[in-house]
This record gives sequence, C-alpha cells and structure tokens, in this order.
Amino acid sequence: MPFHHTRLPNGLTIIGETSPSARSVALGFFVRTGSRDETPEEAGVSHFLEHMMFKGTPRRTAEQVNLDFDRVGSSPNAYTSEENTVYYAAGLPEYLPQMLDILSDILRPSLRDDDFNTEKKVILEEIKMYDDQPGSVAGENARRIYYGGHPLGNSVLGTLGSVGALTRDQMHAYFTRRYAANNIILSVAGNFDWNQVVAQATAACSGWNTAEVGRTHRTECNGVGGLHVLTRPKVQQEYVLFLAGGPPADSKMRYAADTMALAVGDDTGSHLYWALIDPGLADSADCSFYENDGSGIVYASFTSELDQAERNMEVVRKVLADVQKNGLTAEELKLAKSKITSRWVRGSERPMGRMNAIASMWAYTGEYRDVDTELANYDAVTLDDVRAYLDKYPVDRLTTVAFGPGAKVAGVEGTAV
Amino acid sequence: MGQQVFQHTLSNGLVLLAERMEHVRSAAINFLVPAGCANDPDGQFGVGSVLADLITRGAGDRDSRELSLALDGLGVDRDESVGVYNMRFWGSTLARNVPAALTIYADILLRPHLPADELEPVQSLAVQDIEALEDAPQAKVMLELRKRYYPSPMNKDRRGTVEDIEALTIAAVKAHHSRLFRPNGTILSVAGNIDWDRLKAQVEDLFGDWKPGADPDLAPIERTPESGHIPKETAQTHIAIAYPSVPVTHADYYAARAADGVLSGGMSARLFTEVREKRGLCYSVGVRHETFKDRGTIIGYAGTGADRAQQTLDVTMAELRKLKDGVTDDEILRVKAGLKASLIMQEESTSSRAGSIASDWYHLGRVRSFDEVQAAIDGLTPGTVVDHLARFPVRGTTLVTIGPAPLTMPE
Repeated sequence: MPFHHTRLPNGLTIIGETSPSARSVALGFFVRTGSRDETPEEAGVSHFLEHMMFKGTPRRTAEQVNLDFDRVGSSPNAYTSEENTVYYAAGLPEYLPQMLDILSDILRPSLRDDDFNTEKKVILEEIKMYDDQPGSVAGENARRIYYGGHPLGNSVLGTLGSVGALTRDQMHAYFTRRYAANNIILSVAGNFDWNQVVAQATAACSGWNTAEVGRTHRTECNGVGGLHVLTRPKVQQEYVLFLAGGPPADSKMRYAADTMALAVGDDTGSHLYWALIDPGLADSADCSFYENDGSGIVYASFTSELDQAERNMEVVRKVLADVQKNGLTAEELKLAKSKITSRWVRGSERPMGRMNAIASMWAYTGEYRDVDTELANYDAVTLDDVRAYLDKYPVDRLTTVAFGPGAKVAGVEGTAV
Repeated sequence: MGQQVFQHTLSNGLVLLAERMEHVRSAAINFLVPAGCANDPDGQFGVGSVLADLITRGAGDRDSRELSLALDGLGVDRDESVGVYNMRFWGSTLARNVPAALTIYADILLRPHLPADELEPVQSLAVQDIEALEDAPQAKVMLELRKRYYPSPMNKDRRGTVEDIEALTIAAVKAHHSRLFRPNGTILSVAGNIDWDRLKAQVEDLFGDWKPGADPDLAPIERTPESGHIPKETAQTHIAIAYPSVPVTHADYYAARAADGVLSGGMSARLFTEVREKRGLCYSVGVRHETFKDRGTIIGYAGTGADRAQQTLDVTMAELRKLKDGVTDDEILRVKAGLKASLIMQEESTSSRAGSIASDWYHLGRVRSFDEVQAAIDGLTPGTVVDHLARFPVRGTTLVTIGPAPLTMPE
C-alpha cells in the first residue's frame, strides 16, 4: 500500500497510507504529550485539555464542533495516555475535507473560562466513575508505585484535588508548550487523495507555533520492587498486579517482549490461563507488554477471591520464574506467532487500525512499516531473541501491588486508599 | 456495492449464511444456538453459562488442552457467550483457516466431552463472575433493571445464582446440552474472504447428520415492571431506566432508531448536549434501543455524584418526554449521516457482518440488503419520528438505581 510523508516548515509531520479499496478514511492528530510531561502542579492537565479541545475555537462554539462532526456522520474521539494525546475520526471518503477542517480547527482551541469551569465538573465525575472501578484504581496505583518518582508513573486523570485546583492559564501555558506543530503528527489511512490532504493541512496548520519540545526524562525504569498492599474494605475481589521492566518502543526487542507476554498471559492457551483460569482459581489473568518512550513495561495480573489471592500470587511468581529460567518452547513461540498474525491482519482491515498503527510507529521510531513488514518482524523472532530479551529485562524482577479488601496480604500490612 | 450474501438451509433445519468480502484476508464465524439463559430451568439458574465454559474443555478426539492448542494454532480468537435466547460461539481468523476451524467447532457443538472433573473449576469461575458484579456497579444496575423490567423468562441473567450453580451436577449440564443443542433454530454465519460452494459442502458434511430436537416453550409471562433501589456506598449513583419501544420486526423500527439517534446518536445529540455539555452533570449519559423478536425497549443509563443524581434524572427524563414535541430537519440529517456511515463502515469488519447477518436472520428470517437499509434510512423525516412518538410515547418508565440514596421519578 502506498505510503507518503512530508513535513511542513513549522515542523508538523504528515503521514498517510492510501488504500483505494477501503470504504472509509481515518485521520488523527497524534500529539506527543501526556501525563509524563506534566509538572506536579499540572497533574491531570493533559487529559482535561483533551476534553477542552472539543469546546470551541475562534471559528466554532462547542455546540458547532459537535454539530459539524455529526453532520458528516463522523465518529470523532480522543484519548490521553502517559505520553500521547490523540484526536481522531473516521468517516466516508467524500467527507474527508470536512473532517480535516474540524479536527485541525479544534487543535487550536479557545479555552474559554465558562467552558473550562463546566468541563471541570465532567472531569471530576469521570474521576469518581473510575474510582468505582477497582481494576482501574489498582492499575493507577500500581503504576505510581512501580515508577517511584519517574514521570511515567503520573496519573492520566489526576486527582479530585489536582484537577479541582487547575486554572485556565495553567492549561494554556501547557498547551503552548506541548501542542507545538513540531510535536504533532497528522496520520491518515484508507481511501483518500494524498496531495489534497497535504494541500488542505498546509493551509490549515501552517500558522501553528513551533517550540522546544521533547523530553528530558527518557530513562529506563525497572521498578522499586517489593510487595505493596493497598486496602479498601468495600471492594469485593482482590486485584493483584506484577510489574517488570521491558524494552522501550524503539528497541527491536519489543517484538520478543510482545511475543513472550502473549505466550504467558493471553486469554486462551497461555501459561496463566492454564495455571489460574482453567482450574478456576482466578476469574481473570493477563500478561501484556506496553511500549513507552524510553522505558517499556510488562504487566501480569489476576483478579480473584481474597482467600485465593496469596496462593495465586505464588502461582504467578512461579510461572514468571519458570519463563525467566527456561524461556519459551518452540511450540509456544509458534502459537504466539499464529495469534499475532491473525490479530494484525484483522486489525489492519479497517483504516482506523492502520491510522493508529502508522502514527505510533512513526512517533516512536520515525519509520513506516506496512502490514507484511510488521508481520515479518514478528515472524523473525527466535527463541534466542526471547532469551536475549529476558536476560536484559528479567520478567521475574517484580514490583507487586495488591488492591482490594485484604488488610494484610502475604504478611504485608495494607495501607488504606 | 456488489454485496454477496448466500443462504442455505440444511434438511435438519440448520441455517447457513455467508457474506463474501473479497477485499479482506480474514473471516469471522458466528454460531447462534437456541440455548440462551431463558432456557435455564428452575433450580439451575446459570447452567447455560456453566455449559458455555465447559463445552470447550475437550470435544471430539481432543482433550481440553489439545482443543485449545488446535484453535490457537489456527489463530482463532474466540468467545462463547450466553444471551437471553441464544448461546453465541464467535471465532475470527484468517480466511484460509476457516475450514479447519469449522471442523473443530462441529466437535464442540456436537461432541463435547463435558468432563466431570472440570465441573468444579467451572462452577468456581461462575460464582466469581457473580461476585465480581459487586465491583462493577454499572453492569449490576443494568442486570437489576432487566430483572425488574422484563417478564420471565426474558428477565433471567446469564450468570444465574450462586446457590443454583453450586448445586449443579455434571448430569444436569449434560442433559441441558442434549435438550437444547439442535440444528433447528441454529444459525451459522460466516463473513469474509470465503468460497461459498466449498463452505456449503463442508457445512453439509459436518452438520448434515445432526438430529433435530423439540423447541421448548419460552412464552413470556407478562407482569408489571417494578422500579427499585439498591443501596451501596459508591462514588457515583448509577441510574438505569427502561420503557417500551418497538421491535426490529415493526414498521416503526427505523423511526424508533432515529428517535434514539436524536437523543443519543452523536456528540450533538440532545442528552449529551443538555446533561453533559451544558450542565456538566455527568460523564456518561445515553439511551439505546434494544430489541427482541416480540418487543423493543429503550434502555438508558447515567452515572453521577449522589448530590447531582436527582437533577441528572430530572433533566434526562425531561429531554426524553420532550422529544414528541418536535424534531428538526437538521437533527434528522445528522442521524441519517451517522447511520449511513456506520452502515458502510460495517462492510470493513468481518465480525460485524457475520454478527449482523445472523441477527437479521434470527429476528426477521431474512437478511436485509444494504440497499434496503439505505432506503429505510433515506426515508426518515422529522414527521416519521414525531408520528412514531405519538404512537409510542415515553410511559411506564422503570427506574433502578445503585448508590447511597434512592431517587424519585419526576412527574
């Protein structure tokens, strides 16, 4: 599939993969900023700003933004992670000019005081909503503990306190600092004309500022270690997470790490499936690799009844220690690859999947890889590659966090959260 | 559009549907077996869910591990789920692996081992599934709403009860399988880059000998829905509502969908605008249309802090009731644009298409063509929506809440 890329004088990168047989087109602005780029006083501003971007511009009120998206039947959305904030939409090819017009317009928001104050209430409700979801509370706390003071441990949502105290001027300063053109990629995939997109984006985005962006803290982090117990009596199940270091997003080792995590914790046929789910010891178990800029991470986790939790923790530790010691078998490697191939092919059949994939690759590695190239990278992973990855990033060098009703777990007293 | 949909009914009643999608490399397989939780007998609530888990733990010549390995080796991502009327088996992989995957699915449906020594772990998982609801108030409030709103047996929850699950025997699970798994009423749909003639021949070969069984009587026992409150110290109050609409079989169906689109279809829809955008009352608010063969329902949800929960309900109900007073041309244009885009984009997903053609056949006994759906969308006007709401106004709303304090349904 043809790939194109260019860079405007102000630094905005535009990339595109055209697929004339697609029925739709997907586009997104991929901003390289997130909670890791916040100061402690700004905690939660990246995510709050993501909401404010839909609240109007000099050309559109918030209501007009929503109306204009809906008029072309587009489904815009956005998400904020620790290091990326992404605004995207998909729709029918004939409406691409309108979708690009709206998205590029909202990337320069007015940040009006009234809208800021109303939306703050919505964010505070969102924080409460996640507080009712123990899996989410466990994950947030596990990251915070694992990373110690490293900014990758910053909460995306922030807290009721930090978001409550944020001002419109703080948000504006953060916006100017991080939403510079040279920190943004426009990614387009599906059925579209590349030259038209470049012409329209040049007209719409050339006025955007350029700034000194980047990150000073792209250091690896291997976790603080130990078992940390967090107690909330009204929670029903015990949520336990095991965190270990992993390769950063631009490392070739990411393929081995991804393959290992799938063999250990996929929802069918994995080590953790047979050890915990099949015998009915836990109602969920997982292992996943997440790439980050400068420092990857592997999460293993389970959820179970409290009285099974200590025993399950031993089971997971043993699974991870065995994998560390023995690596994967040839059969496991083959199975993992067959699953990865199937998922990649299916995920790539929608322009939305490709738009995300190429933006993420470009942001982290400055490289374009088509579906078959990426599949070949996974297919090339050998048992020796898995071994080399495990030697560098031991999957049994763990920081463990338990959250739930347990007041004392495996001999460690809990702290109330 | 060049839509290529095929259908074949086996002599034992099994319906095979396929949609050929030449532009993709994958394919999705979707079985609907008439063994949903409405069939769970008294004293055995949850037996369907236990069966759905146990059924993949060994079948045909393969034990549990061999079966899992075989499907993983074919790259089949899969899920077995229990709905009210049907049990669903979904699998998705590369199109070239479909024939081998279907062979395994034939074993799972027709020749499962249902091993006695695996029952206890499956019971334990089923019990944990019920307990985990305490940590998921949003899911729990929906379950409690359905329990109070729908007549029996439509109001049963797939999870069943702890007491019944713990009392289950392997003989009861096996009997449940023998009684309900049958070709008559089963729909198999496949969408993706497939060869119809080969698929049809293979399905005849794999399922042709399957013996038909009797259809159970599942006629609903009508009663008046009840509202309720479940006290819980949650950060938010979780609000769920339901009121009658029309089913997909009804002439008003698209008008009903348009009405829910005006309320909740996009970012400029009324509920999002009035409850969240203008007042900042909550993060989640919305309604959606839910259909069974004989009835349709509008189901709504909102979650917000206890101090603003009553106001959220008041504003939401006011918007729902106001809809009959008029809908603008622009609102209808937006709803049409959204429906049209999702209709066309569905053609990019083999899973969506496999699910959609099976659902059409189940509800309507035929597959709606792209052109038919497009024409129905094109025919929508503000008048069709308002006329529909005059025939089916908001009334008899059932309210269920979970949170620190109950709410009052506004007059």
